[in-house]
Amino acid sequence: MAKPKVAFYWCASCGGCEEAVVDLAEKILDVVAAVDIILWPVALDFKYKGIKAMEDGSIAVSFINGAIRTEEQKEMAKLLRKKSGLVVAFGSCSSLGGIPALANLTSKKKIFDRSYLNSPTVVNPDGVVPKTRSIVDGYELTLPEFFETVYKLDDVIDVDYYLPGCPPTPELIANAVNAILEAKLPPKGAILSPDKSLCKSCDRNESKPEDVAIAEIKRVIDIELDPEKCFLAQGIICMGPATRDGCGASCINGNMPCTGCFGPTDSCKDQGAKMIGTLGAILEGEEEEAIDKVIEGLVDPAGTFYRYGLSASMLGSARKEAKDE
Amino acid sequence: MDNFEPKIVAFTCNWCSYAGADKAGMMKLKYSDDVKLIRVMCSGRIDPQFVMDAFREGADGVMILGCHPGDCHYRTGNVKALKRYKLLRKTLVQFGINDKRLKLDWVAAGEAELFQQVVNEMAETVKELGPLHLTGNVEQGGK
Repeated sequence: MAKPKVAFYWCASCGGCEEAVVDLAEKILDVVAAVDIILWPVALDFKYKGIKAMEDGSIAVSFINGAIRTEEQKEMAKLLRKKSGLVVAFGSCSSLGGIPALANLTSKKKIFDRSYLNSPTVVNPDGVVPKTRSIVDGYELTLPEFFETVYKLDDVIDVDYYLPGCPPTPELIANAVNAILEAKLPPKGAILSPDKSLCKSCDRNESKPEDVAIAEIKRVIDIELDPEKCFLAQGIICMGPATRDGCGASCINGNMPCTGCFGPTDSCKDQGAKMIGTLGAILEGEEEEAIDKVIEGLVDPAGTFYRYGLSASMLGSARKEAKDE
Repeated sequence: MDNFEPKIVAFTCNWCSYAGADKAGMMKLKYSDDVKLIRVMCSGRIDPQFVMDAFREGADGVMILGCHPGDCHYRTGNVKALKRYKLLRKTLVQFGINDKRLKLDWVAAGEAELFQQVVNEMAETVKELGPLHLTGNVEQGGK
């Protein structure tokens, strides 16, 4: 019997998700033995032409990581969708927008101005910025379009399963691969990680006082972090209450607060709003001035609450023509 | 812009501000029909997701009306609402949404005139700001 065909593809991503696949260590040999990898640009050499020539639906599963930032990524996602039985959004970026989606708080123009014109290290007297089509010495050069907004994978194609995490842990990947190989998958659309908040499995949960009462919001560089005490009780914003479990609390175990890469649980539609709800109950202060003073310590709320989830947030992106400002 | 009729969602708590609105009704005080009331048991029940959802679904402004500090039927629900409101406002500004589009105020059950006043002021403010027009993922979609 022919082995099932598997594709790995990356869109707007850092490569960490690819690293996570390699982190399967010797388990990857079992995977390779069981499947036929037909596309993996970061590790193996294949031609897109070959994928285009394949029969529709002939790839058993495509794991796509990274957010959708350019036309090329959208095109590849659509191609893989057509050729695959299953598409798994792999990692925070393709599930929720991830770090690249923080760019949704600004605009394409501001990004281009900064990167190609105004950055102090840029020398660009002719003011050249990337264009989808340009003529150089009579030759036509093309680049994929850079979108105004960063999308998550299911904004552009139908997605069967989601593997959250920045990156997903080797355990979750192995579980997902086994579930696919043994055809023991949950209903379509499921997020392949436990549906409860990180706090529920956090070792520090017991150290959390009944009344957390944050009197001052601190950053991790401001204090010496207690290795056993609940981060929120130390005044550090930990996204645990608004974040899905399944990572094995790896950041907490490294004495760092959760930054929310697994996204919200099924019952929550907006991770940031959820975190605001949580903080509203535990920030100290009764009077407006006192509350303002506590909140002053939170310099970048949107970047803190939606670090990995802007594309998946209810608002999705900042208003592009922000006339209100 | 003159004929722009803003859509404003006002979450009002059962015990104070909704009763205040009720009284305004009984006194036949006129207030802007741009403001649509949603009664909740307590301003502390207003999940920030409700506010986000209202904006996403086309509200040009959102109001949170609760009991005066110290008067909350559930003791501290309104203080929680105040903290969430402060955080939410700071966050919404980063999304390019003017913080005047979200307003929190206290209206007691007997303060029918105050209810009329804050609601009309909000309607006026949002009318001046114009339609919200959220863009990004919400309107364009990626498909």
